Amino acid sequence: MCGIVGLFIKNPQLESQLGALVAPMLSEMTERGPDSAGMAVYRDPNESGCKVTVLAQEVNFDWEKFQESVHSNFSVIKFYLNQNHAVLSLEASLNEVEDWLQLNWKQLSVTSAGSNIEIFKGKGNPSDFIEQFDIINMTGTHALGHTRMATESAITTEHSHPFSTGQDLCLVHNGSLSNHNRLREVLKRNGVQFKTDNDSEVAAGYLSWRLSEGDDLDEALNHAIEDLDGFYTFAIGTKDGFAVMRDPIGCKPAIMAETDDWAAMSSEYRAIATLPGAENARIWEPEPTQIYSWKRS
Amino acid sequence: MAIIDLNKSTIRELNEKLQSGSAGDKFIVNNTVGKHALSVGLTSEIDVEINGHVGYYCAGMNQEASIKINGNAGPGLAENMMSGEVRVTGNASQYAAATAHGGLLVIEGDASSRCGISMKGVNIVVGGNIGHMSAFMAQSGSLVVCGDAGDALGDSIYETKIYVRGKVKSLGTDCIEKEMKKEHKEELANLLKMAQMNYSVDEFRRYGSARKLYNFDIDQVGDY
Repeated sequence: MCGIVGLFIKNPQLESQLGALVAPMLSEMTERGPDSAGMAVYRDPNESGCKVTVLAQEVNFDWEKFQESVHSNFSVIKFYLNQNHAVLSLEASLNEVEDWLQLNWKQLSVTSAGSNIEIFKGKGNPSDFIEQFDIINMTGTHALGHTRMATESAITTEHSHPFSTGQDLCLVHNGSLSNHNRLREVLKRNGVQFKTDNDSEVAAGYLSWRLSEGDDLDEALNHAIEDLDGFYTFAIGTKDGFAVMRDPIGCKPAIMAETDDWAAMSSEYRAIATLPGAENARIWEPEPTQIYSWKRS
Repeated sequence: MAIIDLNKSTIRELNEKLQSGSAGDKFIVNNTVGKHALSVGLTSEIDVEINGHVGYYCAGMNQEASIKINGNAGPGLAENMMSGEVRVTGNASQYAAATAHGGLLVIEGDASSRCGISMKGVNIVVGGNIGHMSAFMAQSGSLVVCGDAGDALGDSIYETKIYVRGKVKSLGTDCIEKEMKKEHKEELANLLKMAQMNYSVDEFRRYGSARKLYNFDIDQVGDY
């Protein structure tokens, strides 16, 4: 079991409250996933360069030295630390930054890359994650969150969701895939790299691969219905919004709701009930294999 | 009449209070905000009105009680109900009235997938549409759908009468359309009346078991 929440702000005045609105939603999903939590937040676009979030597994990682090194190699728009993550907004191409990290800071792993996205994740109770990462004070246009109850692989920060699936794209998953080992091997042969043995990471890798083959998100998801075997409710964060899709059997729960101010999805209504105006929202259950998406117009 | 506010009472306190009610007692439950397992295991003829959306397993194992939910219900509504009446004014999520043995479940809106899965005598009336795999392995009772039915309706059905007013996307294995005889029209009219649904019985078609899966038959091995 896992919990998924997604919130897309329609009324720009609420963007300053994104974190305050989404944190109680994530907290409400604690019982569905008490072992780890994560969140992707979309905000502060850097259109001229790139934005990368990195994660350090080492407890005593020398962030000061890293920060100095970033400043001496790149023109920095913004650099900030959040727990064991750092967000780098730089005047440089993504390839340049990723190559540099790979060469000089191999011990760091990249949790997200693009122009808007920032991904944070950690082991432990979701309420601790919310507090430590100060989710409540985050601003932004939309966010996706996940609470994990591991069934297929180990509990580590790297096994936690959301998984990056490309620039400004991420995936959260509730369910389990039964053909992930075979599919991982196929994807590896196609050049997709994996950090863990997690089944959801395979789904993320699969979508990245389809997108790199030229699919748009809808096409990639339709291919996923053919090639992924198992149960899933997916929520996929994109630069301008997010999409939701359930497997053909539709046994993992999902509920969606919309008002003039926001659009939201979650594993259960009780997470949506925390939002202002939820009692009068339009509420529905997504149909299996149908793709639902919101986008900034 | 007792009012229970779930901002002040726990779910356990609510259920204990309802379970100890006596015939004729009335209860109102407020501030549900999608909580799970509300109003479960009731055994007496009490009236419960729940204001707001409810989460998983509301009204499970109900006996005798009459429960009305003013809102939507999450998965597993009225699971294994034995008797009494459960009514939801909005929609119900997956497997409503699963394995239920008796009583009446009325869903005024839509029901999601697997509605009435393995139903064993309950009557279900849905005002809107129902999702895929509804009445899967249904054993007895009746399922009335005033809207459309999704894929694989009545798959592997034993005995249960299914009445559908709208379109059926597809029938499951061993489920076939059957003649609407006088006794079926009478039963349907009665169910619609109890559910307060205003439709003519002539608008409905009946589906049920072809009874070909009762015993193993090598010629139909592909159907199992």
